Amino acid sequence: MEKKFLRDLSLDFPRGELTSLLGPSGCGKTTLLRLIAGFEQPTKGNITIDGFQMDGVEANERPTNMVFQSYAIFPHLNVEENVGYGLKRLNLGKDETARRVDEMLNLVDLDNYNKRPAHALSGGQRQRVALARSLIMKPKVLLLDEPLSSLDKNLREQMQVELRHLQRSVGITFIFVTHDQEEALTMSDRTAVMFEGQIVQIATPQEIYSRPKSKRVASFIGVMNFIEGQLLKDGDQNTTVDAGILGNVKVNPDQMPIPLNSGPVTIGIRPEMLTLLIEDQDRTEFEIGGVILEGAYFGDMTNYTVQVKGLKSPLTISMRNTAGRRVLEDGESARVGWGADSLVILNKS
Amino acid sequence: MDRVKNWFSSDSSRGLTLIGLPFGFSLLLLAAPMLLIFFLGFWTQDYLVLDRSFSLDNYIEAWTEPMYRDLMLRSLGISAAVTLATVMLAYPMAYFISFHGGNRKALWLFLVTIPFWTSYLLRVFLWKVILGYNGVLNSALDWLGVIEEPLTFILYNANAVIITLTHAWAPFAILPIYVALEKIDRSYLEAATDLGDGPLKSFLRITLPLSMTGVVGAALIIFIPTIGDYVTPKLVGGKDGLMIANMIQVQFMKANNAPLGASLAVSAMGIVSIISLVFLALNRRWLRKRGS
Repeated sequence: MEKKFLRDLSLDFPRGELTSLLGPSGCGKTTLLRLIAGFEQPTKGNITIDGFQMDGVEANERPTNMVFQSYAIFPHLNVEENVGYGLKRLNLGKDETARRVDEMLNLVDLDNYNKRPAHALSGGQRQRVALARSLIMKPKVLLLDEPLSSLDKNLREQMQVELRHLQRSVGITFIFVTHDQEEALTMSDRTAVMFEGQIVQIATPQEIYSRPKSKRVASFIGVMNFIEGQLLKDGDQNTTVDAGILGNVKVNPDQMPIPLNSGPVTIGIRPEMLTLLIEDQDRTEFEIGGVILEGAYFGDMTNYTVQVKGLKSPLTISMRNTAGRRVLEDGESARVGWGADSLVILNKS
Repeated sequence: MDRVKNWFSSDSSRGLTLIGLPFGFSLLLLAAPMLLIFFLGFWTQDYLVLDRSFSLDNYIEAWTEPMYRDLMLRSLGISAAVTLATVMLAYPMAYFISFHGGNRKALWLFLVTIPFWTSYLLRVFLWKVILGYNGVLNSALDWLGVIEEPLTFILYNANAVIITLTHAWAPFAILPIYVALEKIDRSYLEAATDLGDGPLKSFLRITLPLSMTGVVGAALIIFIPTIGDYVTPKLVGGKDGLMIANMIQVQFMKANNAPLGASLAVSAMGIVSIISLVFLALNRRWLRKRGS
C-alpha cells in the first residue's frame, strides 16, 4: 500500500476563486484533490463544501467535478456524448441536452465539434472537452489535476490565459493542482504551497513570491540569494539586520513573513532586486563591489553570477537588457546595488 | 543488378524473409488441406473408386437430407449455448482478476490455466464421473436428500456436452476478456463516477462497451472450434448429443464416403463463417448505438 500522508492540514478555498496547490511531486497535492472529489477517504478530519459535510457522501454524489491529468476522454464516445455524459442522469430530454452541450462547446471554443470521435482530438482539444464535460455539471468546485502538464509550451501558456478567463466568466471555485511554479503564479488568486503533506504557506502569488515564509518556499518558487545575518531587535518598531559585509539595514515588520526574535537569521533577496551599477552616476540605497564570475545571456535578460568579497557564495543577479545597457564581461569588476525594502528576513536553517 | 542488391537489403525483403518460413508452413499445412477438402467435396465416391468429375450431388445431399440439417442445427444450438455460458461465466472471473486481483493477478491467471495440466480426454472422462448415474453429483444430492432418484438429464445428452465444453473452454474466454478489461484506463471509471454514475451505471456505460472487443474475441474463439468438436459429444453426448463433426467423421471413416464428409465440412465452415461475420457486424452496430 502506497503511503499517502497529509498532516495537520486545514485550509479554506474561497468561493469563486482559483486556488492552486503547488508542490513537488509526491507532496500530496493530488491526494488532497482526490479527497475533495471523494475518490479517497480521509482517515481523520472532514471536508465541507458549501456548508455540507462530505463525510460519507460518495464521489458520484458530490458537487465536485474533476479534470483529470490524462483528461480521461471516453474513447468510445464522440465529443458531444462525452460532454453530455453527466447530463444523461438528469433526464433533460434530447433538445435540452443538445442545447446545453452546444452552449458548453461554444464556451470552450469547440463549436461544431459535436460528432468528432474522441481519438481524432488533439491534446488541446481533449483538454477543452474535459473542461466542458465537467463544467456542464455546474459543479460548486472544479478540481483540476495538472491539466496543462501534457501540453507543449506555447499551447500551455495560451491555455493558462484561457482557463483563467473561463474561471472568471463562470465564477466557479477552481482548485488547481500543479508542480509548475510559474503556472501557479500566473493563474491563481491564491497559491497554497505544499511540502510533504503539509501546507507551508497559502497566500496571493505576489506575497508567496516576495514574502516566502521559509528558505524552502523561497527556492521552490524562483531563485533567491541567501545571506547569513543577525537580527537586532530594539522594541517593536526599531528592527535592524546586520548583513555582515553588506552593512546594517533597517527593516520593516512586513519584511519578516514570520515574526522572529533577535539572533542569527537568513536574509533573502531575489536576483531581480539586485542591480549592477554600470555607469558611474548610477546610484542605489546600498552598494558593494564585486567581480563578475559569469554572465548567462537569455536575450531579454542576462543572469550574472557575481562574487562579492566577504560572502560565502556568489550572488545571482538578473538584469533586463534595456536599451543602451551594456552586457558585462566575465572577470570585470562591478558595483552591486540594492534597496533595504527588497530584503526578506527568514528563519535561519 | 543494383536494384536486386537494393531489394535484398530493403525492409520489405527482410520482412518477407522473416515471414517466409511460417508462411510456407501454413500454406502447406493449412491452405493445401483446405483446398483438397474443398475439391474433394465436388467429387464422388463410387464404392472403392473416387470419381473425379465435377458434381454437386454431395452438396445437394448435405443440404437436403433432414438428418444432416438436424445435426447442423443441433451443433449450432450447442455451440451457441456453450459460447453464451462460457462468456457469462468467464466475464465475472476476468473482471475479478482485473479489478480485484491486486498484485496477485499473475497467480490468478496461473490458476486459471491449471485445468490444462491434464489432457482434454481426461477432463471429459472426469465429467462422466461427475455427471454419471452413480456419479459424484447424483451421490451427493442423494446423500443430502435433495433427490429420490438419480438425475438422468445431465449425462448422455446435449446438456452434458454443453457442461463439459463450457468447462473446457473457460480459460480461452477468460484471457481475452481479461486483456480487454486490463486495457481500460481506470481514470475513465473515475471520470464516470465523477460525472454522477454509480457502480452499475459506470459498468454498463464504460466498462462493458470498452471490454466488448474481448467479449467478441472470446465468443468467436469458442463458437468456431466447438462446432467442430467431436470428442466430447461422442464421449458424453449419448445419441441425442451428437454433433455435425461426428457425422463428418463417420463419413470419412466408417461410411467410406470422404466426398460427402468433405461437402459437409465445407458447408459447416461456410455457415460458421457467415454467422461469425453477422455477429461481428451486429456487435459493431450495437457498440455504435451504445455510444449515444
